[in-house]
Amino acid sequence: MIEWQDDGIVLSSTPHGEDATVVHLLTREHGHHAGLVRGGQSRRAQGTYQPGNLVQASWRARLADHLGQYSCEVVETPIARLMDRPDRLVALSAMAAVAQHALPEREAHPAAFEGTQALLAALEGEHWAEAYVHWEMFLLGELGFALDLSCCAGGGNDRLAYVSPRTGRAVSLSAGEPYRNKLLALPGFLVGYGGGGTGEVAQGLRLTGFFLGRHIFHPADRDLPAARHRLAERFERALGEGSGSKAGSDGETDSVDRPAGMD
Amino acid sequence: MANSEIDRLMQLLARVPGLGPRSARRAVLHLMKRRDQLMLPLAQAMQAAAESIRICSQCGNLDTQDPCAICRDAERDTAAVCVVEDVGDLWALERTSAFRGRYHVLGGTLSALDGRGPEQLNIDKLIDRVREQEVSEVILALSATVDGQTTAHYIGERLADLGVKVTRLAHGVPVGGELDYLDDGTLTAALRARRPA
Repeated sequence: MIEWQDDGIVLSSTPHGEDATVVHLLTREHGHHAGLVRGGQSRRAQGTYQPGNLVQASWRARLADHLGQYSCEVVETPIARLMDRPDRLVALSAMAAVAQHALPEREAHPAAFEGTQALLAALEGEHWAEAYVHWEMFLLGELGFALDLSCCAGGGNDRLAYVSPRTGRAVSLSAGEPYRNKLLALPGFLVGYGGGGTGEVAQGLRLTGFFLGRHIFHPADRDLPAARHRLAERFERALGEGSGSKAGSDGETDSVDRPAGMD
Repeated sequence: MANSEIDRLMQLLARVPGLGPRSARRAVLHLMKRRDQLMLPLAQAMQAAAESIRICSQCGNLDTQDPCAICRDAERDTAAVCVVEDVGDLWALERTSAFRGRYHVLGGTLSALDGRGPEQLNIDKLIDRVREQEVSEVILALSATVDGQTTAHYIGERLADLGVKVTRLAHGVPVGGELDYLDDGTLTAALRARRPA
């Protein structure tokens, strides 16, 4: 019998048969790992296996390549604190769905666990949306598709304002100006200037969404998860309501503050 | 099993929630022993129900008539609509007799993983009901889960411009519950939803 204990973050729980569920966890040492939970559909267990919950997991199976069985104990339940905050709740759903589909199963990514744990803590803070964009950037890097935002790919020396959709490298404002319609806007907060806010977050979600789609989801013949689309839509909508125009198309750092509607 | 009819009956019964192959065998044996008192009346009742049950075109409830008995009940408050995920939730609320308004069954919740979006749920019909009927309050009685609360917020936003009061069920300490045995999430929700004593 193979057995291990690890910390885990619940990504999803899907009913299986009459009373069991298949639970996907992002664990510290064992990466994204699924397992069967007997009685997982019971009222008591449903609370344990909510996305975002931090659990102490115990997994056992007869052979290493079996699905195996989980038994988990809750350590922390962020949903209780985010229940009244619709935008953060959507971000939590998006995080769980993106991580589940993006991270390969049974491949250790301790940094992804730490990063996701940090994001869950940040979801209660003021700059939760910027933290979410940083998390997706980090996830791209963890999976080998990091964007190079260190210097301008075109040799420009001024402020970095764009990202090339072809290479994933940053382009400065002056070097990118002739190609602005073909480049993706780079939000200032990702390169150390700009205060974030709705406009920059919307730009950031467009940027990471593009590369997540291209490198991870589209090759697997998948679209970005619905919750991720909903999160991006919320920022685009809030931006539209706040400024009367869509941000990001000109590559300028948007100075629109987060409208009152965004929690 | 020698008899194909009995075998088929067992296979079908084993698909019912709560019954497995062993309990289906026991149930079939019990039915066969009480053929006249139980088996035939049960078969007739199931036949009659299968022929007459339909989905209420107004609220999505299951009943033998359309509109359902709740929607037709003139004694009920038409100004309050309670939104539930499933017919089972509607029955649970009806058992309490605490709500005398009408219901709206969504047919599930938004789900990131299952790819269930707003168009798969009975949400547009709810918006139409609120617009066309004199509804003053919509009570969102959805699960205290990530999907349930995401759905509640989504519906709340869709209803925001219609001038209707949107409320949701409280989350917290259950009746008869001891604090010592409650999970952290429930306690946190209860503390956040505290009210003057």
